[in-house]
Amino acid sequence: MMKVGLFIPCYIDQFYPQVGIATLQLLEKMGCDVSFPLNQTCCGQPMANSGFAALSKGCDKNFVANFKGYDYIVAPSGSCVLHIKEHLKDEQHPGEAATIRNTIYELTEFLTDVLKVEQLDASFPYKVGLHNSCHGQRGLHLSSMSELVAPVFSKPEKLLSLVKGLQLSKPARVDECCGFGGTFCVFEEAVSVKMGKDRIKEHAANEVEYITGADTSCLMHMEGILKRNGSKVKTIHIAEILNGNHS
Amino acid sequence: MKRIEHATAAAAFIADEPRTDWHDETLWFVRQKRDKAAHGLPEWEQLREWASQIKDHTLSNLDNYLLQFEAHAKANGITVHWAADGAEHNQIIHDIIRKNSIQKIVKSKSMLTEECHLNEYLQHKGIEVVDTDLGERIVQFRKEPPSHIVLPAIHLKKQDVSETFHEHLHTEKGNNDPQYLTEAARQHLRNKFIESELAITGVNFAVAETGGFVVCTNEGNADMGSHAASIHIACMGFEKIIPKAEHLGVFLRLLARSATGQPITTYSSHFQKPKQGQQMHIVIVDNGRSKQLGRADFRNSLKCIRCAACFNTCPVYRRSGGHSYHTSTAGPIGSILNPNIDMKANADLPFASTLCGSCTNVCPVKINIHEQLWKWRQVIVEEGYAATGKKISMKGMAFVLAKPGLYRFAGKAGRWVMRLFPFLLNNKMNPWYKQREMPAPPKQSFRDWYLKNNK
Repeated sequence: MMKVGLFIPCYIDQFYPQVGIATLQLLEKMGCDVSFPLNQTCCGQPMANSGFAALSKGCDKNFVANFKGYDYIVAPSGSCVLHIKEHLKDEQHPGEAATIRNTIYELTEFLTDVLKVEQLDASFPYKVGLHNSCHGQRGLHLSSMSELVAPVFSKPEKLLSLVKGLQLSKPARVDECCGFGGTFCVFEEAVSVKMGKDRIKEHAANEVEYITGADTSCLMHMEGILKRNGSKVKTIHIAEILNGNHS
Repeated sequence: MKRIEHATAAAAFIADEPRTDWHDETLWFVRQKRDKAAHGLPEWEQLREWASQIKDHTLSNLDNYLLQFEAHAKANGITVHWAADGAEHNQIIHDIIRKNSIQKIVKSKSMLTEECHLNEYLQHKGIEVVDTDLGERIVQFRKEPPSHIVLPAIHLKKQDVSETFHEHLHTEKGNNDPQYLTEAARQHLRNKFIESELAITGVNFAVAETGGFVVCTNEGNADMGSHAASIHIACMGFEKIIPKAEHLGVFLRLLARSATGQPITTYSSHFQKPKQGQQMHIVIVDNGRSKQLGRADFRNSLKCIRCAACFNTCPVYRRSGGHSYHTSTAGPIGSILNPNIDMKANADLPFASTLCGSCTNVCPVKINIHEQLWKWRQVIVEEGYAATGKKISMKGMAFVLAKPGLYRFAGKAGRWVMRLFPFLLNNKMNPWYKQREMPAPPKQSFRDWYLKNNK
């Protein structure tokens, strides 16, 4: 049985525990031996993306201490996984850090590429719009990208197609950024919100009931705008759909 | 003039939401045309790879190719000048103007002269330069800088152009018909071409093996200017060099497709040598480029062929307008070029991005733009150009997140505070809350749940 270390990014741990629960249950259902290292905190991305990568050494060290020794590390966030893959360093434990960089997976790519999931016991009888989060898509290649002349594929879309009753739609601009962007969302508040509103408008044009995606941060940003404007459209992390029977 | 930071200028731009939507949709339309053109060529990604490799090779052998170009250009009868910076570039052009007692000057297709602020410089000397490309002429009338390197007046609507032309060309007030307005500009500019004694153009590609250069235009103004005038000055940043003429087969196919979705620009004009009785000059400009070449993480930004595909795809640029970047080259590429020229003045630009990566994907010469934005952020903080408030909050965050016990305590306290006193966080001082609700704080963290329910 493969030993999986569950990485629950800090804001999911604090604000969206249901996403962590769904991820854990889903992986266990697939037969993984999952543990949640109890002293994990954050990948360090908020500091690094703001120009303070030098300050994320403490996070790096803590991450390596928590996640060494697993076959795989899985997290329900493309952005945090990409950060670890590209930037995790530990001068005292370079070997462990390298192993972690190579064995960390975003949830949908782990389900698709490692577990090779072909069927799911899940139903979600709703109209759902898929948001492609940039770091998962352009960084981890969870799906093909509209800018490139290359074959079309999508790991999240393939998994959602296995869910009973789910009607999937895509926004007109299939992979435009929602404007979250880490600390961009507060330092460039006006552009950030405008980008989010524009994404939502395209999903709303498809009359979706839910917007889903593989990154809670983007969903949190869009949820904040939806709630403020009194919209009926809800956001839900893809793990919650893939894990559950929502009929 | 006090510089307004990108975020502030962008907020002012977005305050007019219908206009922002129009700006966004107009540029997205150009991005879609680019996609259609790219997807029409099965070999697109191969072309990008070749272009990237040719440029990488050229940058690594720049000294040789520049000297080769100079020797061949001189042999063709072209006068070659070298300018270390914008001031030298302007001085060289002024000297040519003065020596030849020139009064009438036309200009076409040069972002480099914008970078060097040539127009203002010459104006101070009492010399007027007429920008002849339609968009450039419009912004010149309005005393504005271009907001886009390929579509300089893209921030303006036809109504704005109509008002500007009414004021400067005495067209009918309120006549917004694009054909009428374009015709008025054409008549006005035709006279300027006929009268002109000196023409300034940019350079898209300078070919080392031939000493010739290529200027790509849609309006044909580079040709009109240079053919009519007795002196032609072509200005180029030193990165415009390519080794061989055959490489144009790669770059000309990529340039217009990336820029506007056209298979090729209407005119690709090859200049080889001056015609009889004409002077031809080339000014080769450094202006910070050799410094950028010495920065390992940023040198390949010099591969840029100025197609502006990264502008058109950038979701931030489309919603903030070119002027919010307060530099002659805006957009994602400007945000990695300009900190090299003046890090303090442009410290905000690498942060005007969500790092979505779309710029890197459309770049025809494969510049890793979004990775360089990330790296510039590190350099800017390291060099001490980050705002103090940001520094303090980042240090605080790093301190908490490196200590699991402290993180859990802060999380619990934070959620408790949010549940009981939401007004503390939900106020106008919190930029998240201005237009967004905060997430509803749950009773327990995932870790709390895990300890109770799992093992």
